[in-house]
Amino acid sequence: MLPDSAFDKEGFLRELDDWSPAVAEQLAAAEGIALGAAHWEVIELLRDYYRQFESSPAMRPLVKYCALKLGPDKGKSIYLMSLFPGSPAKLGSKIAGLPKPDNCL
Amino acid sequence: MSAPSVLLVTRHAPYGASLARSALDAALAAAAFDRPPTLLFLGDGVLQLLPGQDASGIGTRSHRRVLDSLPLYGIDTLYVDSQALAGHDLTAADLPPGARPVDDAAIRALLAGHDHILGF
Repeated sequence: MLPDSAFDKEGFLRELDDWSPAVAEQLAAAEGIALGAAHWEVIELLRDYYRQFESSPAMRPLVKYCALKLGPDKGKSIYLMSLFPGSPAKLGSKIAGLPKPDNCL
Repeated sequence: MSAPSVLLVTRHAPYGASLARSALDAALAAAAFDRPPTLLFLGDGVLQLLPGQDASGIGTRSHRRVLDSLPLYGIDTLYVDSQALAGHDLTAADLPPGARPVDDAAIRALLAGHDHILGF
């Protein structure tokens, strides 16, 4: 478990290198989400996105990237909303240990 | 009534000042709200397109890598000043897939053909 000081006031990880699957569980628990296989698939996808583009996606590119990598059934905002309710790009990025997306609604 | 068209003109090298980054942020923000602008790279702005940028030494991200995410934001074409490319000895192989070199006449047409122009 990381101490509270490892997170900013919105709950995002301050040091991206501190991330681990256990930290993801901790971040998800703080949001009331129990991570299943479908969550992990999107978490890995978000981390791939960050490695490729050095930025966290807004909603629109996240949906498009999911469609490209996971297929059209999962490249839908309603699917992502079911995993990370409210604001999937923001919440998913947070749990995946990425910076807050710049252009998040 | 259709939304006004926006041309975003970026004329500065990627690091050293925040203008190139601001231009890209503006493009991403507009696109995230479903208003993808047209992007035009003029003068030293063409240096933003170079591959293999490593900005970790100055604690920032690779400009080119963020540029590579533009197609996911619905921005597929990057218009690039062909004279500036030649001046910097760059070739098409250095550029992202969506880059389209344009001559002065085409640049004038882009400037005249949009409702709004944002300059960075």
